[in-house]
Amino acid sequence: MRRGIAATALVAALALAATACGGDSDNGDKGDKKSSGELSGTVTWWDTSTVGSEDKVFKKLAEDFTTLHPKVTVKYVNVPFGEAQNKFKNAAQSGSGAPDVIRSEVAWTPDFADLGYLAPLDGTPAVKDEGDFLKQAAASTKYDGKTFAVPQVIDSMGIFYNKKIFKEAGVEVPKTIDELKTVSKTIKDKTGKTGLYLRGDDPYWFLSFLYGEGGDMVDAKAKTVTIDNPAGAKAMTVVKDLVDSGAAKTDATDGWNNMQSAFKDGKVAMMINGPWAVTDTYAGKEFADKANLGIAPVPAGSAGQGAPQGGHNLAVYAGSKNLDASYAFVDYMTSAASQAKVAKELSLLPTRTSAYSQPDVSGNQIVGFFKPVVDKAVERPWIPEGGSLFEPLKVEYTKVLTGQTTPDKGAKAVGDAYRKLLKDWK
Amino acid sequence: MAVHTSGQSVAKAAGDDLTRGRSRDNGTPPGRLRRALGTHWYAWTMVAPVVIVIGVIIGYPLVRGVYLSLTDANERNVARSIGVNHLPATYEFVGLDNYVDALTGNQFLGTLGWTLVWTVSCVSVTFGLGLALANVLNRRIAGRSVYRMLLILPWAVPGFVSVFAWRFLYNEDNGLLNKILAGGGIDAVPWLNDPSWAKLSVIAVNVWLGVPFMMVALLGGLQSIPGELYEAAEMDGANAWQRFRHITMPGLRSVSSTVILLSTIWTFNMFPVIFLLTRGGPGEATQILVTQAYKFSFEISPRDFAQSSTWGVLILVLLMIFAAVYRRVLRKQGEAW
Repeated sequence: MRRGIAATALVAALALAATACGGDSDNGDKGDKKSSGELSGTVTWWDTSTVGSEDKVFKKLAEDFTTLHPKVTVKYVNVPFGEAQNKFKNAAQSGSGAPDVIRSEVAWTPDFADLGYLAPLDGTPAVKDEGDFLKQAAASTKYDGKTFAVPQVIDSMGIFYNKKIFKEAGVEVPKTIDELKTVSKTIKDKTGKTGLYLRGDDPYWFLSFLYGEGGDMVDAKAKTVTIDNPAGAKAMTVVKDLVDSGAAKTDATDGWNNMQSAFKDGKVAMMINGPWAVTDTYAGKEFADKANLGIAPVPAGSAGQGAPQGGHNLAVYAGSKNLDASYAFVDYMTSAASQAKVAKELSLLPTRTSAYSQPDVSGNQIVGFFKPVVDKAVERPWIPEGGSLFEPLKVEYTKVLTGQTTPDKGAKAVGDAYRKLLKDWK
Repeated sequence: MAVHTSGQSVAKAAGDDLTRGRSRDNGTPPGRLRRALGTHWYAWTMVAPVVIVIGVIIGYPLVRGVYLSLTDANERNVARSIGVNHLPATYEFVGLDNYVDALTGNQFLGTLGWTLVWTVSCVSVTFGLGLALANVLNRRIAGRSVYRMLLILPWAVPGFVSVFAWRFLYNEDNGLLNKILAGGGIDAVPWLNDPSWAKLSVIAVNVWLGVPFMMVALLGGLQSIPGELYEAAEMDGANAWQRFRHITMPGLRSVSSTVILLSTIWTFNMFPVIFLLTRGGPGEATQILVTQAYKFSFEISPRDFAQSSTWGVLILVLLMIFAAVYRRVLRKQGEAW
């Protein structure tokens, strides 16, 4: 018996050790080295677009690169957006399994660059038309005086609404938070449906409310943390009130899926979302008639109206064995022609000025709606810690929504976490 | 392993070898170490692969983890070499600062509090249910083997599959549980979105996953108790409770003490249930020590390797203390293992 237990304990210890170090699947094949002249080799691209709607278009587009460069093999890999940042960091740090090109969210780009994971692109074919890119879109690609990525799409957020439900309830699109509350109440009374779906598990969906009250996460120019200003606490109160008053429903797990399915099935009348959700939303039964989907600017807070500027860049991994092919791939994927194709099929916004004059883009309603929103969108701080700001905010935001802390205390806790993260900021 | 079971005879055999070897050795008396190696060379050779493997897969990470917990290592200052970029390590030794921070701040202690509640409630409920089911299944009832099969089922399903299935069941809008409640006219329960419900939900899933193990182990224990004891007790007029109290419980002690120890350690470190079900949320409501340690080194940016290791070492120390105390208590009760 005694030995039996020792053996069991050993097995248990081994099992614990084995579960503790979960590895990521790494695919080490990098293709051949480039020979002189023509481009060759394998370009592995990690795309983070939505599976089932956006990914098909991007896969097709990426694979068409080989018609230009027949000796290059494009390996398309879709990595879910929520996991891509971690997966890339794991792979890049360990030096194996990282892709040649990654679709990097705007806030990740300076972070990856600061960690040394990205290849500088200055002077490469990837940025040969730098002047053509929208200034705001290009801002997130710069770090430490160098360019580390090329903007692929730019976006912002608006309010998506179900026109049928609005008609049934006889309401107009709300322009302010107060109107949002009365509209939601009318919808509830007349149709029994909830007004707004508000994601409670992702603070990115909180930013419009934060900007609406005149707040921001940090002031990068003054090196000051601003989230715990009165405006930040006020914004927390606003979202909490929306949920408590029944104007909005929220969820702390599976927020994206729940939001999309509730809106697509016509269970809620409104959601805040961006152009990346359009294709998926059209797939819902409520929107078989595309005209039923209305999009409007997010409701304004007490200080005005604001939505965050977001988007995605394409960055090249510094350890790529096929740098030249990767540069060419990035250039191709961000060319005006490619962007026009993506805009046509997915209604995503191009980052090039020249793309907007193409008929596929200028004729697209969604693009037409979002372009002015993007022009006015609030630019985020393009600092390496830009992406790190979300985790502390997420914890406290969810705590506020689920009643575990007060808006004031929540805002204060986020501010403290930021000051710890951003050394010698005020 | 013959070496372990009959150490003496091996030593003797090796000694014979030594005698033969020494005769070739020009008579110089060997040193103590050489002598020890010479006597037990066979045993050492047999043990070496195991020692090396354990050293590599447990020893090295352990030592490295302890070392990192004494530094301020994070993602930005560890050495890395990516293509053309070679960045040297710039983290520094900070002594026990991380431990002081962890033990004086309220995050570690707060998480520890919930981890203890989680462990104690999971283990006690799992043990109670497992014991009850084992007792039921130990009787002669119709379809006993079918019940046994069904009750072991949760164990046969891979953990992450069960947890994902539960996650679907718990979904507030579309989950089966709330649909059933709605049929009974009860409002939707925010299973994973309300801190208290979320705590209850994760415990329920872990109990569901843990009961089969408890049941099987205790059933084995029950079957090893001789039936004569019960017969004799019955003759003496002991009622069912007395028989349970004075025959079943003592008879199960060696099994139950082992499964409780194992189950405590497993539950304390039960990463998948918490991580896959709630990711520690809502907020930090269901975050246990291991998921928080994981969060430090994989989810926040920059990844805080030092703090993560510190928490890891503290978890190890806590479990070692627990095992030592538990052992001592059992020994006092006359159970040596």
